Amino acid sequence: MARKTFESEIQHVKDNVLILGSMVEKALLDSVEALKKRDIKAAEQLFEADNEINKKRFEIENQLMILIATQQPMAHDLRLLASCMEIISELERMGDYAKGISNINIRMGDTPLLKPLIDVPRMAQKGADMLHRALTAFVNENVEIAKTLPVEDDEVDALYNQVYRELMTFVIADPKTIERANWLLWVAHNLERFADRVTNICERTIFIVTGEMKEIKSTDDEFWHQQSHY
Amino acid sequence: MSNNNNMDHKYILEAQDLDIYYGTFKAVTGVNMKVERNKITAIIGPSGCGKSTLLRAFNRMNELYAGTSIKGKIMFDGEDIYAPHIDPVEVRYRIGMVFQKPNPFPKSIYENIAWTARIHGFKGNMDELVENSLQQAALWDEVKDKLQQSGLSLSGGQQQRLCIARAISIKPEVILMDEPASALDPIATLKIEELMQELKKNYTIVIVTHNMQQAARASDYTAMMMLADRVLRSGTVIEFDETQHIFTNPKDKRTEDYVTGRFG
Repeated sequence: MARKTFESEIQHVKDNVLILGSMVEKALLDSVEALKKRDIKAAEQLFEADNEINKKRFEIENQLMILIATQQPMAHDLRLLASCMEIISELERMGDYAKGISNINIRMGDTPLLKPLIDVPRMAQKGADMLHRALTAFVNENVEIAKTLPVEDDEVDALYNQVYRELMTFVIADPKTIERANWLLWVAHNLERFADRVTNICERTIFIVTGEMKEIKSTDDEFWHQQSHY
Repeated sequence: MSNNNNMDHKYILEAQDLDIYYGTFKAVTGVNMKVERNKITAIIGPSGCGKSTLLRAFNRMNELYAGTSIKGKIMFDGEDIYAPHIDPVEVRYRIGMVFQKPNPFPKSIYENIAWTARIHGFKGNMDELVENSLQQAALWDEVKDKLQQSGLSLSGGQQQRLCIARAISIKPEVILMDEPASALDPIATLKIEELMQELKKNYTIVIVTHNMQQAARASDYTAMMMLADRVLRSGTVIEFDETQHIFTNPKDKRTEDYVTGRFG
């Protein structure tokens, strides 16, 4: 019975974080689909729809401020609400990546894609799936999944490296393709960063449960770090 | 007093240009405040600024202190409760009160409620009324097998919930609470606060508390009281708003100083 009202308000916040997450997932997949089809109209709508993501983020932030101010959360409750602040910020940035992809689609105008999109949609699918599972782990406070999920970012990094090499091959063969290659590289870069942020969400889930804030380093980060010291 | 119960009135209680005097001493000055139906309104502020004085004015309890008087009006369901033809006893039936120190009668748990209802003229099913009142006060499960035991045998928190059950047994519309949890331990306090959330579905609650965290946790609206004048020592409401605004973005700097602990 104790703090039943507070408990239900916490649940309400968690539900809202899930809603924001699914808005971002959809934005990402839709933006890549629109790019694949070169659907400029859809891209324009998606670009505007990012405002809804921002609005939702601020709505949840306001909810959190009120709970922190009025309910004196301590211990786990405090870690949870503080982490929600961080997570919604991550989600908003991830929404911006989706918006960026729509922006590229619009700016490309009539220019055809340099190559059919194969790895880019794969990256998007993987990123959206990782986000979905990361948020499920957050809501269920599942530390095991939060700890093991980030390693899947290696797949996304590998796809990014592949896209990079492929696009470089095009540019070396024909320098006039550089602009078109650049557009696609930006798209791939946005998708790579999207997946990186999933790791940040997992770190927060671990923090909520254990109280320990530890950065989970990606294999790619480790690789480049070692390269720079070679 | 007409049983107006006009549900179109959003505000069940309203203080209009209210001054409250103890003899010639003006304890409270210029209060304009509206209490919304089925909400919890908290009155907070430093000691001695007139919070309890204001609360007691809402059901004419201050008249039990010799020499008190008011200027201005207090409207209850659109009617001035200080009008000459109004019976203060009837006011106190419709606007009940719970005090800081739990004060169950030296009677059984059952009789605490039954006796109160009886003198109010209740003639219906007393067992049902007692159970219903204790259920609403979230006390039934703890006392249902010992209704004949003395009310004084209960813990502090239970005694307070018994007092709440007693107050609501005569079906008031408003419950005034004067620091109802300040004599209770933290767990009992949280139980009272949770109970208030349930009670507000059927009643309007006005609570005075010196514990601003309690006001933040439990109330919908907060009235911030302070001395309007340090020399004359007359208190007034300096800010009144939704609790979430008082504690995240108050308009008055004095409120900001108080809720952030920088006051004084």
